[in-house]
Amino acid sequence: MKHVIEGSHAISEAVKLARVDVVSGYPITPQTHIIEAISEYCANGEMKAKFIPVESEHSAMAAVVGAASTGVRTFTATSSHGLALMHEMLHWAAGARLPIVLGEVNRALGPGWNIWMDQSDSLAQRDTGWIQLYCENGQEAMDTTLFAFRLAELVNLPVMVVIDAFFVSHTFEPVAIPEQEHVDDFLPPYEPRIALDPDNPFALFQMAPPNVYMEMRQSIHRAMEHTLDIYHEVENEFDAVFHRRYGMIEEINCENADIILVTTGSATSTARQVQMDMEKQGERFGILKIKTFRPFPGKAICNALQKAKKVAVLDRNFSFGSGGIFAQEVKGALQVLSQGPVVFNYIAGLGGRDITPDIISEVYLKTRDRDLPPCGSEWLGTSPRDEN
Amino acid sequence: MIEIRFHGRGGQGTVLASISLAKAFFDSGYQVQTFPLFGVERRGAPVEAFLRISKSDILVRSNVYTPDHLVVMDSKLLTAIDVTRGLKKNAMILINGSEPPDDMTPFKDFKVAMVDAAAVALENGLGSRTRPIINTAMLGAFSRVMAMPDMKYIEKAILKEVPVKQDQNVAAAKQAYGAVKIMDNK
Repeated sequence: MKHVIEGSHAISEAVKLARVDVVSGYPITPQTHIIEAISEYCANGEMKAKFIPVESEHSAMAAVVGAASTGVRTFTATSSHGLALMHEMLHWAAGARLPIVLGEVNRALGPGWNIWMDQSDSLAQRDTGWIQLYCENGQEAMDTTLFAFRLAELVNLPVMVVIDAFFVSHTFEPVAIPEQEHVDDFLPPYEPRIALDPDNPFALFQMAPPNVYMEMRQSIHRAMEHTLDIYHEVENEFDAVFHRRYGMIEEINCENADIILVTTGSATSTARQVQMDMEKQGERFGILKIKTFRPFPGKAICNALQKAKKVAVLDRNFSFGSGGIFAQEVKGALQVLSQGPVVFNYIAGLGGRDITPDIISEVYLKTRDRDLPPCGSEWLGTSPRDEN
Repeated sequence: MIEIRFHGRGGQGTVLASISLAKAFFDSGYQVQTFPLFGVERRGAPVEAFLRISKSDILVRSNVYTPDHLVVMDSKLLTAIDVTRGLKKNAMILINGSEPPDDMTPFKDFKVAMVDAAAVALENGLGSRTRPIINTAMLGAFSRVMAMPDMKYIEKAILKEVPVKQDQNVAAAKQAYGAVKIMDNK
């Protein structure tokens, strides 16, 4: 049954339904609502989890690393500077192969202080060994959180469920909240491979000298590749119970499209509307939504884009001195083609700047009207440059 | 799709009013989407919230720039900020206030409805003279001047959303429903 709830609470509800055992929490806008609701569920008995209020985000991740090492299901959530402070422990979670799920609300980093939407925080954690799944709306946030626990526990990797600050986190919309019995059908109790046990003490995560470390790194890489292999299967299981699926990527009217826009997060939703509106004016483009950033589904993206003439990647993030991060990844995926499409890269919506339908139309029209992209990325909607 | 923009002040329950109205519309068969335009919240500072309603799925997830209607929770905001920016012609502007604005010329292209929601709230024991809780009264007035959603959905949303003084809040909504007046501003 559908209820009008906010995106943050869609994640909180999913965590409750997932029967998580240990949750750690430290507040930070715009994530706080997720943890706040979970702490209430724990306090009023709706959830049987142990809730650990901690003194920092570094500790929040350390707490769930410790708990997960004892073989229980764990969750925490954060944003922006909180995620940055967690950085060291993110490596621990992945290196120790712990299936922790993290709710991450995309928010800009300061200074200048900014609490609004920007993907730079999660993308800066690209190389920590976490699976990253980006969501478009409240329903996808709910579903992806449930899915994340199953996926994490199958491949023994931590999963970050990423939603847009405010445009998803604080937006109330109808969301189907599944029945507990259906969630139980999809998500069986967690069966850890190994678990710390005080009655049978042993040590984990010891020194790994050169003769084993490289194999350990390779095993994380293999787990990421395995994730690409089984993702579809896990979605089949999800679909069988909940009758919804999202794909690692979604191709939205991409057949025979000369121009394809590549989008992530809530901007995809706005792009869907612009696609329909422009089609009525005789303008046609496809949309490729990327949901999984890690592992990066390069092969699937390559297949989806190879017949297009031009690809326009809309990045709500930036890597200083280089360009938009999704654009870099897409270009990397396409380089196996001998005659691939040209890739335009647009930067928009940083620090809570709105990505309006007009911005999406501008992306399309600018791409349509030029044969080749300029070198580097193009920033949309910024004020004229101050030469001083 | 219909887009409604709420103007209020921090602490006035503007966001809650928008959420309650969204739930009432959803119950009555609409798709809905509502979110606050987030500033760094301070009590008393101007705040905005957006509500979209539609009979089909709502895909646009950007802010509302050209609203169809306005709800103004504090008549003093009419002179403090440009509430009518982007507002579509013939829009309804529902205002909480005891007196209509002295100068109606900025509103000549729109319909203006007034309700003294603060007085209604106080009569029903909601809040204090300096800080009346007006959001439920505004919902009742909205239902009347927009002829939607039906009051039964407003009442249901209040019972679901408001944890305390439920009867008084429902009574305030009903009283404001009867008290709201569409002004002659031509």
